[in-house]
Amino acid sequence: MSALTSELITPELIALHQLSEPEYAKILKILGREPSYPELGIFSVMWSEHCSYKSSRLHLKKLPTTGARVVQGPGENAGIIDIGGGYAIAFKIESHNHPSFIEPFQGAATGVGGILRDIFTMGARPIAVLDSLRFGPGSDPQCGARNRRILEGVVSGISHYGNCFGVPTVGGETIFEPCYNGNPLVNVFALGVFKKDEIFYAKASGIGNPVIYVGAKTGRDGIHGASMASAEFTEESKQKRPNVQMGDPFLEKLLLEACLEAMHTGAVLGIQDMGAAGLTCSTCEMGSRGGLGIEIELDQVPQRETGMTPYEIMLSESQERMLLVAEKGREEEVFRVFHKWGLDAAAIGTVTGDGLLRVRHHGDIVVEIPNRELADEAPLYDRPRTEPPRLAPMEAPEFASADLNADLLTILSSGDVCSKRWIWEQYDYMVRTNTIAGPGGDAAIVRIKETGTSVAISLDGGGRYCALSPRAGARLAVAECCRNLSTVGALPVAATNNLNFGNPERPEIMAQLVEAIEGIAEACEFFDTPITGGNVSLYNETLGEGIFPTPVMGIVGLLETRAPLTMNFKAAGRVIILLGGLGSCNEARFGGTQYAKAVLDTLWGLPPALDMEYELRVHKAMREIVPLAESAHDLSDGGLAVAIAESSFGGVGVGAAIELNSLMRPEHLLFHEGPSRILVSTSDPEGVERIARTHSVEALRIGVTVDSAIRVSNNGVELLDLDIASAERAWQGGLGFPASWPVQNAHPWNNSRLFENSSAL
Amino acid sequence: MKFGVIVFPGSNCDHDAWYAASHNFGQEARFIWHDEHALGDVDVVILPGGFSYGDYLRCGAIARFSPVMAAVRKFAADGGLVAGICNGFQILVESGLLPGALMRNAGLKFVCAPVRIAAATTNSPFTNACEAGRPLTIPVAHGEGCYYADERTLDELEAEDRIAFRYIDNPNGSLRDIAGILNAGRNVMGMMPHPERATEPLVGSTGGRVIFESLIGALTLAR
Amino acid sequence: MKARVYVSLKSTVLDAQGKTIRSALSGLGYRSVADVRQGKYFEISIEPGVSPEQARREVDTLAQDVLTNPVIETCRVEFDD
Repeated sequence: MSALTSELITPELIALHQLSEPEYAKILKILGREPSYPELGIFSVMWSEHCSYKSSRLHLKKLPTTGARVVQGPGENAGIIDIGGGYAIAFKIESHNHPSFIEPFQGAATGVGGILRDIFTMGARPIAVLDSLRFGPGSDPQCGARNRRILEGVVSGISHYGNCFGVPTVGGETIFEPCYNGNPLVNVFALGVFKKDEIFYAKASGIGNPVIYVGAKTGRDGIHGASMASAEFTEESKQKRPNVQMGDPFLEKLLLEACLEAMHTGAVLGIQDMGAAGLTCSTCEMGSRGGLGIEIELDQVPQRETGMTPYEIMLSESQERMLLVAEKGREEEVFRVFHKWGLDAAAIGTVTGDGLLRVRHHGDIVVEIPNRELADEAPLYDRPRTEPPRLAPMEAPEFASADLNADLLTILSSGDVCSKRWIWEQYDYMVRTNTIAGPGGDAAIVRIKETGTSVAISLDGGGRYCALSPRAGARLAVAECCRNLSTVGALPVAATNNLNFGNPERPEIMAQLVEAIEGIAEACEFFDTPITGGNVSLYNETLGEGIFPTPVMGIVGLLETRAPLTMNFKAAGRVIILLGGLGSCNEARFGGTQYAKAVLDTLWGLPPALDMEYELRVHKAMREIVPLAESAHDLSDGGLAVAIAESSFGGVGVGAAIELNSLMRPEHLLFHEGPSRILVSTSDPEGVERIARTHSVEALRIGVTVDSAIRVSNNGVELLDLDIASAERAWQGGLGFPASWPVQNAHPWNNSRLFENSSAL
Repeated sequence: MKFGVIVFPGSNCDHDAWYAASHNFGQEARFIWHDEHALGDVDVVILPGGFSYGDYLRCGAIARFSPVMAAVRKFAADGGLVAGICNGFQILVESGLLPGALMRNAGLKFVCAPVRIAAATTNSPFTNACEAGRPLTIPVAHGEGCYYADERTLDELEAEDRIAFRYIDNPNGSLRDIAGILNAGRNVMGMMPHPERATEPLVGSTGGRVIFESLIGALTLAR
Repeated sequence: MKARVYVSLKSTVLDAQGKTIRSALSGLGYRSVADVRQGKYFEISIEPGVSPEQARREVDTLAQDVLTNPVIETCRVEFDD
């Protein structure tokens, strides 16, 4: 029986599904008839920007995706690289921007859940999560209160999901700009580890093999979430709250353990998580990758609600579900594992040879679409583009600092630069006892217990620099990630990216996107960090207000497992060397700095200039210097002054006395953000200089570490003189949330009485 | 020594406890699934951290009904050593094997941080190698770790020297800075901080080593 | 038949969440709020065919023994017929 033509498809219905006329014509051609209502829904989600990358695919092809270590590039659930010793890592970054605006807690939580499933669906156990977060400022006169609520909600959502699941959240970045007032960015990176010969792919195989559904039951959650994520926000979309999915990290933890155990039985042949577009996406993509068909009966799908229609079941985005193909006759082995973990598992269909996604409901055929055309032949657009718009003037304003000490304190307490401890203390960053360097450093490091190798990870996004030049900003983001990794001694090896942009149907936005992709391509090619996967999030606009073009890079590096080199000065009397030298700056190149933002409250000009050849030499030199260094910290936001200050906040009261000889104006000298520079303290300055020389890199002795003060002078003129404690107070309190601990107990049995005799205090 | 680490659905520090015992102290360690009715041949049982049953209802409230808990009770009643860490501590108080309750942190936020604690007694198999009052840096990672008991119970715990550890930096508002307690038989101990995370310098601190050393020492002596 | 179980912290136990909500409310200008206690609410549907007596007995027991932690919480049970 077929029920394929029972619905009347009107132009309004087509428009409601955000399918254009040519797109609908293409559907008619593929099917050779009018689609049924569920088929219309299926095309709509699969051909949405979110699932099909129809505006960006053409340009994403420019990214380098191959390399000696790359086992799996883009196109799978996550990229995979070989880390040696028979092991591999899978990693990817993904956005959950729109859901996090509508419901910050659940939006962020399910964002974490989704990317974790992408990792363990391949057979890898997740061992690290990092987040790149962008919000409107808490001090915004109109939106401040809402921005703070969104920040609090997002952080609790990530904390709730990651902590309960048992994956450490080891780092990330948090940035504030008014352009994110109505459109926060929540980009979550996850990384997992597995044996190289135990990788699973999302590919159907073997005609007649059973298709098995595991995990949570299907409800009406998130229906059309995937197309929501591809449309601009309007006042109306605030009413879309029921669309947001609810996450259950406990169920996901069980799903992780059950999936890994089921994979070990050998009965599982292919597996894919049900993320955006749920059952639709997982069935047609697995079928398409295998060049096969998949037939399912919706009556067999475990359902949480009664009376669900085929449309709702196929498009539901209920979380914590997976689809797998097992070897015929070994279904019971799979079921046994899932039942042990208390999870639903049901055979819902079979693999067929006809290449079709065929869906039955009560025995009637309600969907019959060729998998390949649906999954891989989505419309592809070469959207018109002009030049990236100038979002700020080129001319620098007149300014002169009244008090450099005050300027430094202003920058240290500003949202982008200040300590994010209030955020990361809510994340369990140590569970699984692999975290060698956690949040707050230049790069996070997790060890791989099985191999003696560690993985370092750095996330860095454009934004301000990209607003001034998407191409240059993207290159700087890649360079900064690689510099962060080199600063902790890791060799950058591969990358993932999350491209957050506005409406691609606007030619100037499309230009930003293309420029940024090309910038990433140039830099990733140059630094030999192929892109193994990623995510594109477009239509990041609210009420016509676009965000800054914001490409976020996640780059991973490898190093031998050993005690980490951290950023903090360890002891007084060490020589401080500025590897890479003082750099250069001019009025135009100062306009994207934190000084321009926090002190002058403006934006102009161009991002800092990047010489990639020199940058790479600095990285190579730094990795060799690591064994000779006591501390190392890369110069980025806030330049030299902030790097010196942050290096002084190690809790041991060691700061710096710096004497410079430069002709730069003091604001530039202290705060310019020219790349290719790393602050190193060492007791072997000659050794550091020797290594720098072999790489033709400047290693400038600029001062020594001293007790309790941060002092900088230039040509004998004092520029900065602060005590560490007051600088650190400004930096710690910048986020504006009160510390939640330690708690002063009212009970007479208090700390001082108990420990007054303790000599070790 | 043979360590048995109980695995509840949702436990996520089970592997860390197992790794610390087996790799950092060279002891035999194995996992015990919550559905099992017998513990087998073990010298010490660890109830690990995590979110058993998602911590739905209350932290540890559902795990206490797991089949293995009957065996743990019997093991404890026979004098066997039981240590509950974090969620394991919550399960022990929910089970009534330890008095009191663990409530939402006073700051209302999950807190993950190395904190200083100190042994308040050395008279237990879990603290015999400690020096009373000497600070140990051990991480906490919990949202509901605020120890609560009525005044009478607190006085009793103090009078019977059953407070195993106190916080120097109280992260959660626990009454009388209590970080860990003992049962009357001194063979069951629960604590919110994670000693298993502080057993090798590479991942941060070694403040937890002395707790494992105490246990191993006590068991060696008992043989 | 339905049972409703309300679980709240004992009045002697500090309710940090309730306290925070109360101060937020007064900050928002709700002057009539003197205090807030936060609790949990369970809605339990009874199998048809179970006698009301048996249902009451079972729900009373499970409310006390499972849904409530007597160290810090109290509960109240209501039935709908």
